[in-house]
Amino acid sequence: MDFWISQLFNGVSYGALLFLLAGGLSLIFGMMRIVNMTHGSYYLLGGYVALTVIWRGGNFVLAVLLGALAIAAVGIGEWNAFLKRLSGQELGQVLTTMGFALIFQDLALLIWGGDPYTIPVPAVLSGAYTVGQLYFPVYRIFIVAVAALVAVVLWLVLERTRIGAMMRATVDDPEMARGVGINVYLISMAVFALGATLAALAGAVAGGFVGVYPGADFEILPYAFVVVIVGGMGSLKGALIGSLMVGLLDNFGKALFPELSYFTLFAPMAAILAVRPTGLFGRA
Amino acid sequence: MLEVRDIHTYYGDSHVLQGVSLRMEKGQVVGILGRNGMGKTTLIRSIIGFTPPRRGQVRFKERDITAWPSNRAVALGLGLVPQGRRVFPSLTVLENLAVAAKGNGGRWTIARVMDLFPRLGERAGSRAGKLSGGEQQMLAIARALVTNPELLLMDEPTEGLAPLLVREVGRVIERLKAEGLSILLVEQNLPLALRVADRVHILSRGQIVHSSSPAELMANDGVKSRYLGVA
Repeated sequence: MDFWISQLFNGVSYGALLFLLAGGLSLIFGMMRIVNMTHGSYYLLGGYVALTVIWRGGNFVLAVLLGALAIAAVGIGEWNAFLKRLSGQELGQVLTTMGFALIFQDLALLIWGGDPYTIPVPAVLSGAYTVGQLYFPVYRIFIVAVAALVAVVLWLVLERTRIGAMMRATVDDPEMARGVGINVYLISMAVFALGATLAALAGAVAGGFVGVYPGADFEILPYAFVVVIVGGMGSLKGALIGSLMVGLLDNFGKALFPELSYFTLFAPMAAILAVRPTGLFGRA
Repeated sequence: MLEVRDIHTYYGDSHVLQGVSLRMEKGQVVGILGRNGMGKTTLIRSIIGFTPPRRGQVRFKERDITAWPSNRAVALGLGLVPQGRRVFPSLTVLENLAVAAKGNGGRWTIARVMDLFPRLGERAGSRAGKLSGGEQQMLAIARALVTNPELLLMDEPTEGLAPLLVREVGRVIERLKAEGLSILLVEQNLPLALRVADRVHILSRGQIVHSSSPAELMANDGVKSRYLGVA
C-alpha cells in the first residue's frame, strides 16, 4: 500500500512538472500550428539562468522569475526574427526550431559546462512530511502547488478575459480573427512568449528536483510532445490530464517494469491515438 | 470612400480577378452580382486583405490599404460579414461580439446590436457553433457592426437562409443604409440587391461586365439572362 501511495505522489508531482512544460507547448501548437522543437531548450536554459542568478547571490524566487523572464525574451526574439515569417510552413518551422535547439544545446555546454548541478532550494521548501512510513518531500508538494496555480490562472485568462477569448478566436479561425480586427501577430507573439516563460519556469523549478544538466532538453522534450498529442493540441484541459497520465505512467512504468519504461509510456499513447486521432480533448 | 483600381488577384497560378475597378461614395450601397465562381468573394477578400491583389490598388478613406493586414483595415473602418458566416464556434455569442467590439464610442455597442437582434441576447451564453444558420448569420452581421465600420463588406448574407430570414436580413440592410452606412453587398438574391442598392456591378470571369443603376439593370433583359441566368 505504501508503495502505491508514494509512487502515486511521485507520479503526480512529475505530472505537475510536465504540465508546466507542456501547457505552453500545447498552446503554441494549437494556436499557431508551430511544432516547437526549441521548447526543451527553454526548459534547459530556464534552469541554467536560475542557477546563475543564485551563484551571483540572488535568492530562489528571484532566480526562478529571472530565468522565466530571460527565456521569454529569447522566445520573443526567436519568434520575431524567424518564426512569424514561416507561418503555415511546417517543414521550415521544424527545421528552424530544431536548429535553434541544437544551437542552444551547444551554447549551454559552452557557458555552463558539462557538469550536472542542482539548484539549492530555500530551507522552507526542503525537508519532508512523514506520515507513518510514508515520506512526502516538501519540494514536490511545492511543484504540485505551482502547477495548480498556473493551471487556474491560465484557465481564468483563457476562459474569462477578452484577451483569452481573442486567443480562442485565433485558434478557431485565424483569418477571420484578423477580419474582425484582432491583431493576430501580437496575440501569437504573446502566446509564444507565454509558452517559453512556462517552459523556463518548469526548468528552473525542476532544477531543485531533478537538477540541471546537459541533455535535459532533449530528454524531456519527447515527454512534452506525448502530453500534447495525448491531451490534444491547444487544449489546456488536455494538457493537464495528459501530464498527469504521462507522469503516472512513467513513474509506475519505471517502478514496476524498469526495463520496459518507454513501452509503458508510448503504448498507451498509441492506443489513445488509434481511438482518438486528435487526442483526448483535441479538435480536428 | 472606397476605390478599387485595376486589381488582379490570384489563387496560386489561377488568375481570378483580371483588372477590376470600382468606386463607392460615402453612404452608398453598391451591389455586386454575378454567377458563382465569377470572382465576387475574391473581390471581397482582396479588399479586406485576406487575399491581397498582386497588381492594382485598393484605396479606402484616401489611404492605400492594398497590402495591409486585415486587422489594420478593420481598425481604419472596414467591416466584414464573410461568406459562410464564419462565427467563432467555440466562443459564446457574447464572446464573439466582445472580441470584435472596438468600444471606440461609436454607434454600435454590444447592447445595441442585441436590441437589433433580440435573438442574440437570448442566446448570449450559447456557443456560436451550436446556433442555427439564421442565428449565426445575425451574429456575423452583429459582430461586424460592433467594429463600428464606415464601410461594411457583406458577402452573401442571405445564402442558405429561409425566406422569412432573408426578409429580416433585407430589413436590417435597409435600416443600416437609412442610417448612412456604406455597404458593398455581394448578393445572389437579385430582388433584394436591386431593392437596396444605389448602383450594381456584374462580375463575370473576373471582370466587371456591366455597371448601372438597379432600374436600368431591371430593364435590361439581355444582360440579366446573359450574366445572371434570369429571364
